[in-house]
Amino acid sequence: MSETTGLAIEATDLTKTYGKGAKGITALDGVSFTAPAGAVFAVLGPNGAGKSTAVKILTTLAAADAGRAVVAGIDVTADPAGVRHVIGHVPQKPCFDPTATGWENLSLQGRIHGMPAKTIKERSGELLERFGLAEAAGRITKTWSGGMQRKLDVALGLIHRPQVLFLDEPTTGLDPEARAGMWAEIAGLTSADGLTVLLTTHYLEEADQLAGRLAIVDRGTVVAAGTPDELKAALDGDTVQIELAEPAANGDARAVVEAVSGVRDVSVEGASLRARVGGGAAILPAVLGALDARSIGLASVTVARPSLDDVYLHHAGRSFRAADEAGTKEITA
Amino acid sequence: MTTAIAHSSQLAARNMRIVYRQPVYLAFTLIQPMVWLLLFSQLFERVVDLPGFGSTNYVAYLAPGVVIMTAMMNAGWAGTTLIEDMDRGVMDRYLASPVRRVAIINGILVYQAAVTVVQSLIVFAVALAMGARYDGGVTGPAVMLAAAVLLAVVFAALSCAAALTLRTQEALIGIFQFLAFPLLFLSSTLMADALLPGWIDTVARFNPVDWAVVASREALAAGADWGMVGGRIALLAALAVAMTWLATRAFRSYQHSI
Repeated sequence: MSETTGLAIEATDLTKTYGKGAKGITALDGVSFTAPAGAVFAVLGPNGAGKSTAVKILTTLAAADAGRAVVAGIDVTADPAGVRHVIGHVPQKPCFDPTATGWENLSLQGRIHGMPAKTIKERSGELLERFGLAEAAGRITKTWSGGMQRKLDVALGLIHRPQVLFLDEPTTGLDPEARAGMWAEIAGLTSADGLTVLLTTHYLEEADQLAGRLAIVDRGTVVAAGTPDELKAALDGDTVQIELAEPAANGDARAVVEAVSGVRDVSVEGASLRARVGGGAAILPAVLGALDARSIGLASVTVARPSLDDVYLHHAGRSFRAADEAGTKEITA
Repeated sequence: MTTAIAHSSQLAARNMRIVYRQPVYLAFTLIQPMVWLLLFSQLFERVVDLPGFGSTNYVAYLAPGVVIMTAMMNAGWAGTTLIEDMDRGVMDRYLASPVRRVAIINGILVYQAAVTVVQSLIVFAVALAMGARYDGGVTGPAVMLAAAVLLAVVFAALSCAAALTLRTQEALIGIFQFLAFPLLFLSSTLMADALLPGWIDTVARFNPVDWAVVASREALAAGADWGMVGGRIALLAALAVAMTWLATRAFRSYQHSI
């Protein structure tokens, strides 16, 4: 942690382009954010937003083209070796050694960090116990369940008691039960060790549940940052979501709803129409009345407090799911 | 420096564990040399009758060649460990930790050297059982082991450099298919120097496989020319150091790609 600022991570105007010239792909286009020490900070964004690239720069794996990154008070460009001593990095892809046992995995990682054998043994035992892996610890990890393997990945990142732990998409590919288990572990990390956790995710509810603060990243820039509550409160009002009976009517429906006073930010995607309203309960009858007057059939209507999905939509101009799908297509293309 | 040595031995131990757990892998790597030693040597048994061949027993002539060939062929696969680590997050975990880059390479080279010693001793023992005899003392097999290990390091390091640069198993396999047999045939591994076509004899002088084979064969014979043996071993050692440096540099290529 930086003594003067209380910040564990400071990223300033990070840019990174892969490839050169016309074929170059800009992964980061001036990303800035700060994460306070001792809390979970989430970098939320759809696939291809640049989250992993940011983590690679902060963990010294890749070099930024421009910008400055400081982790635990150490500049990543000036002293990458110093940064590597105080961080734990759990990459997006599984990083345990499948040919080794749980003990052997942790032991090697501890020795890489120069820990004495006795400390490694104690610390490994403690981590295996905490993550519920103690029973399986002597077995080759290839045979473990996906959830257990991912917990071992996290344990590998924690063996040397880092100040900052980077978790790159820690729950992607896990089944719902394993994901819930992982969430509980992550939530406990900051309280138990006073650790700072930077977590990247493309699951809105994951950021909502776990993060004290978060930055929403879209197309290589930060579009919004703050606590989940701040971000939602800034939207001011409720979200009305209307499922139309006929997707073809979405143009008409949009015009009708936009004309109702007190309605803002109307967007349509297929048969869904979303709008922000000042006081949901009061304006809803007017919206329904207007749609009914034009004989536009509805399948369902819901009113909700704003979610991070609405925050994303408001700042990025497209729904999170659509962006995620578009990003996945770009990656696989 | 001490950190680099500690990390090298820890990562080598990790690689050794894989063979220790699955010794059958080692058996697989011995199939090809056994084919050369048991079948090829019989097929070409009478090649020693050619005037000027200079040896009377083809198994005895061929054995050091098979030892060296085995060292080269298996070392070519060394980079696959790195590709597996890159495909998983293992490499990223290493590189974001204080591990020395050279230790990741050394871990593979030390492992490959150890495997080469075991393979060489088995191949050589089979040759002796088949009746191969050498007039030189125990120094001969020792020099042969050194040559095999150095050549294994050369090719393992080259394989690591290629793995870090190309980053796919297919490309790595392609390169070694392309390299291995020409290097084998452009040397005196299978046929005596004196009977090689002039141009092959010339090319062979620049072929590290030939350096290793010639040094081994000379050291195994009575009244060896130790100056020549020493020169070839020195060349191999220099090349091994150069290739290890190249492999360590190749991490930059990988880090630019991520």
